[in-house]
Amino acid sequence: MRTVAVVGASLAGLATARALRAEGFDGRIVVIGDEEHAPYDRPPLSKEFLSGALSTEDLALTTPEDAELAADWRLGHRAVALDTAERTVVLDDGERIATDGVVLATGARARALPGPVPAGVHTLRTLDDAVALRSELVPGARMIVVGAGFIGSEIASTAAGLGVEVDVVEAATVPLERPLGAEMGRVCAGLHAAAGVRLHTGCGVAEIVGSPRVRAVRLTDGRELPADVVVVGIGAIPNVEWLEGSGVTLDDGVVTDAQGATSTPGVVAVGDCANAHRGYTGSMLRLEHWTNAVQQPVGAVAALFGRVHTPAPHHEVPYFWSDQYGRRIQFAGHRTPGCRVEVLEGDPAEADFLARYVDPSGTPVAVLGVDRPRSFGRMRRRLGRRPAATH
Amino acid sequence: MIYVGAASDIPDGEAARVQGEVSIAVFHVDGALYAIDDTCTHQDASLSDGWVEGCAVECPLHAACFDLRTGRPSGPPAKKPVRTHRVVVSDGHVWVEESVGVETSAQPGVPVDAVAEEVA
Ligand SMILES: Cc1cc2nc3c(=O)[nH]c(=O)nc-3n(C[C@H](O)[C@H](O)[C@H](O)COP(=O)(O)OP(=O)(O)OC[C@H]3O[C@@H](n4cnc5c(N)ncnc54)[C@H](O)[C@@H]3O)c2cc1C
Ligand code: FES
Repeated sequence: MRTVAVVGASLAGLATARALRAEGFDGRIVVIGDEEHAPYDRPPLSKEFLSGALSTEDLALTTPEDAELAADWRLGHRAVALDTAERTVVLDDGERIATDGVVLATGARARALPGPVPAGVHTLRTLDDAVALRSELVPGARMIVVGAGFIGSEIASTAAGLGVEVDVVEAATVPLERPLGAEMGRVCAGLHAAAGVRLHTGCGVAEIVGSPRVRAVRLTDGRELPADVVVVGIGAIPNVEWLEGSGVTLDDGVVTDAQGATSTPGVVAVGDCANAHRGYTGSMLRLEHWTNAVQQPVGAVAALFGRVHTPAPHHEVPYFWSDQYGRRIQFAGHRTPGCRVEVLEGDPAEADFLARYVDPSGTPVAVLGVDRPRSFGRMRRRLGRRPAATH
Repeated sequence: MIYVGAASDIPDGEAARVQGEVSIAVFHVDGALYAIDDTCTHQDASLSDGWVEGCAVECPLHAACFDLRTGRPSGPPAKKPVRTHRVVVSDGHVWVEESVGVETSAQPGVPVDAVAEEVA
């Protein structure tokens, strides 16, 4: 293998380049990324970068040692097609990069509301998005966050901390129900009120009012909430349209096996764009978790070279964190329908607790901690020792 | 010197934490002991609660990995090394000599069953 192309120059793309060299690959690595920026860290975009505590330089993921990767960075270039017959990546300027192996690491983008987007309406996925949003977060501004998911909630938290008047609008009756279940979703949603942020559940957005600049958001229940700034945080869509017709199997992202191999030999996928088979659940899951994007490339690179990689047991267990209102939320595992929640420590009403999810067969499948890093870690360890699902 | 405890109280694959000027984590990996600052250089997490693999520890919060010998991070999000400290084993008991200053040098692992090493 002489040339490997990595498409997507963010967390998973950089981790891939590092894993390639760590595996002893001494050929050419071409990293193609449509953003102009060198790889940077996204989690702070809704937290410390948005609040102003971190600078652009602080977000850099690369270190001086990464010069040793000797990668050929094609930043500001989008891959527009993958020719699987010739194993060639086609760029937006027409360049064709012939490769021996391709790593798909194109991540996901923020889902937008349908219809026109007046000035003052934002989504948050990129550094440029964060810079634009940050400039609007002035004390006293009225902000509406559409969607009370993790990123929307973090934005609400950061903005409230900057003295912005925040309302959060959520279409579901209980926020975060899919990842956390209704009971714990309600607990986490309670953090908003404690910080003076108003949460409106069970109502969607009927219309963004105002042109050329947003003035208000009209809700499906008829209310109109005045707004100077709106942030839409209603999930992310995997960046895989460019692969349509390439022969690579797509289904909510790039379909891969547990190690990242796609349906096409010599092509692997990692990070937020990959819908991978998980040994932990015995099912397909497309995770949008930071640690997943760092850890998957090791296995995928091994797969490119035809090697088997056995991940550390705890890397098999999905894990994410979220920081809101000064609280550290950690979640590991995967909640399945019909799970019962057991509070093991602390008090959910105080937003300081450890809870585990037990499936109907009595097996613990997930753990949620708020400000309980030590005991959370112990439970997470135990989940890693659970025998892998076999269906 | 900070007394850590009996070597037998730190099983292989586990870590002990002691308080010096800052918290220090002492790891036992494959028969050798290593000491580094316990607090991750990225944010506030305790590395002694992390995962040890080979000669590295993975932070329990955001998974940055630190080399136990050099303290250097091998992956994001941490960029700064943790300090390393000298471990001394004598007659089955473990001490660490806390480093002064920010820059520290690589420390070889000290065999957990060292018997006659001199305690300064
Ligand atoms: C605001 C925010 C906060 C977050 N907070 C947390 C958190 O607290 N905890 C947590 O676990 N996770 C968090 N995440 C998720 C985490 O950041 C992602 O899981 C991670 O960034 C995924 O990395 P990736 O490299 O797979 O994808 P991405 O980071 O999405 O990178 C993909 C890159 O590929 C580029 N690209 C796309 N298509 C093409 C193409 N055709 N050609 C070339 N380049 C292309 C994209 O522009 C992008 O630069 C957060 C994400 C965001 C946006
Ligand atoms: S606190 Fe250790 S990696 Fe973030």
